[in-house]
Amino acid sequence: MKTDSRLKRVLEKGHFAVTAECGPPKGADPKVIKSKGKILKGFVDSVNVTDNQTGVVRLSSLAACVLLKKEGLDPVLQMTTRDRNRIALQSDILGASALGIRNVLCLSGDHQSFGNQPQAKGVFDVDSVQLVQLVRQMRDNGVILGGDKLSEPPRLFIGAVANPFADPFAYRAIRLGKKVAAGAEFIQTQCIYNLTRFNEWMDKVRDLGLDEKVYILGGITPLKSARMAEFMSKQVAGMDVPDEIINRMKSVPAREQRQEGIKIAIETIQALKEARGVHGVHIMAIEWEEAVPQLIEAAKLFPRPQV
Amino acid sequence: MITAERKPLSEIKEMIAPYKKILVAGCGSCVAECASGGEKEVGLLASALRMDAKMEGRKIEVNEITLDRQCVYEFIDQLTGLVGQFDVILSLGCGAGVQALADVFAGVIILPALNTAFIGQTKEAGLWIENCRACGDCKLGYFAAVCPITRCAKGLFNGPCGGSKDGKCETDPDAPCAWQLIIERLDKAGRLDLLQNVYPPADWSKQQGKGPRKIHREDQSI
Repeated sequence: MKTDSRLKRVLEKGHFAVTAECGPPKGADPKVIKSKGKILKGFVDSVNVTDNQTGVVRLSSLAACVLLKKEGLDPVLQMTTRDRNRIALQSDILGASALGIRNVLCLSGDHQSFGNQPQAKGVFDVDSVQLVQLVRQMRDNGVILGGDKLSEPPRLFIGAVANPFADPFAYRAIRLGKKVAAGAEFIQTQCIYNLTRFNEWMDKVRDLGLDEKVYILGGITPLKSARMAEFMSKQVAGMDVPDEIINRMKSVPAREQRQEGIKIAIETIQALKEARGVHGVHIMAIEWEEAVPQLIEAAKLFPRPQV
Repeated sequence: MITAERKPLSEIKEMIAPYKKILVAGCGSCVAECASGGEKEVGLLASALRMDAKMEGRKIEVNEITLDRQCVYEFIDQLTGLVGQFDVILSLGCGAGVQALADVFAGVIILPALNTAFIGQTKEAGLWIENCRACGDCKLGYFAAVCPITRCAKGLFNGPCGGSKDGKCETDPDAPCAWQLIIERLDKAGRLDLLQNVYPPADWSKQQGKGPRKIHREDQSI
């Protein structure tokens, strides 16, 4: 049976996949999602919808996924374990599948202390690895945690994230192995600015044979300014922006910095296309979706394959 | 031990405002160790309340007592015959102590002077750290005696998350990443193999139960 997940079809056919991120608005207006969807349509294989990222309340990921699906895109539902216990998570997995969503990305989520609800109770009933495992069991074995049978299993292509730049570095590839063992089928990584470090991580990933068991999509975030590069380097946990990149952004006048950011992103994508075991890119243009088509064309990733 | 911190004087004053005869009752166990509810702290709080009333021209009577333990009946019994002489008991016990007093002396008003904080360790003089959430299902044996439920901000059984940098937690630059500690210790012990396991979700029913938990042992009953 042909899967409804465009992302899965693209990857299984051996194409270099392109996904992008779409952040829902801080309000109930569906037009924001629809217009972001229109910008991305045709340029990407699938669109990730973030789940209250950085712990800030936004329109729900599942609702935004449904809106994007109606626009003809293939959404990737991001699900964090921060806000929902295992009852709610499993229920939403079933609901997502029933609504025609075919991809899920399992994460623990940014800690609630970073967002606009710092007094919230962090749920973390299960962690991201356990979420991968439970979705996989629901889909492949038709059972929920505890063993109860589902009348109909969910149909989902299952993803997880990896951060090659966080500490302890030596353990990062091993942890990816755990996610693969738990059942992850595709991986989207943290934004890559330090290619040397990324390649060191990929060496370990390849040594463990993980690149043959899971599709790896390298994370790309085009920089808008030197200030953004500095902010990400210093203020954002788990982000590695080398001085070389910051200095390069600083070396051009402010009004040309966006273009420089795009150039760096194109060069990174080219390097990832050459890297063995990297199966695609995941573009997170934060509140800058309109840059994505330009970036994809310039990186020679357009047109997208017909699958 | 169970750690606690004294409530601000303003909050305590507001609670005891309607009462004239006050018994400040300390506890000589955990809260004495963490310098929040022992004999010394009872004396300090009683003096502060007396002085404050004097400054404001109010007449109150404040007495002091410190029980060895406020959570065990045989020690609580010291208060029998005494509580009737007061309008209110201001307890410097933990939450368990306050409730135990109220349970024994039905009809007597017992008020908490402490905010009970956590189960922890005296790390150094004046520094207490949380290291147990009393989950009822100890897994320290798998995690090199570092509790991920307590010491990882996300309580991950399969950590670390992507926010660990230079051995610190993203939520607090002073807090070590629990998973960094776990990995380092398992490495030293030659047990990195334990990290390959995908640990299943916790059984929170052992912590949250069906409401409050209890331990009932026939062999200890008299």
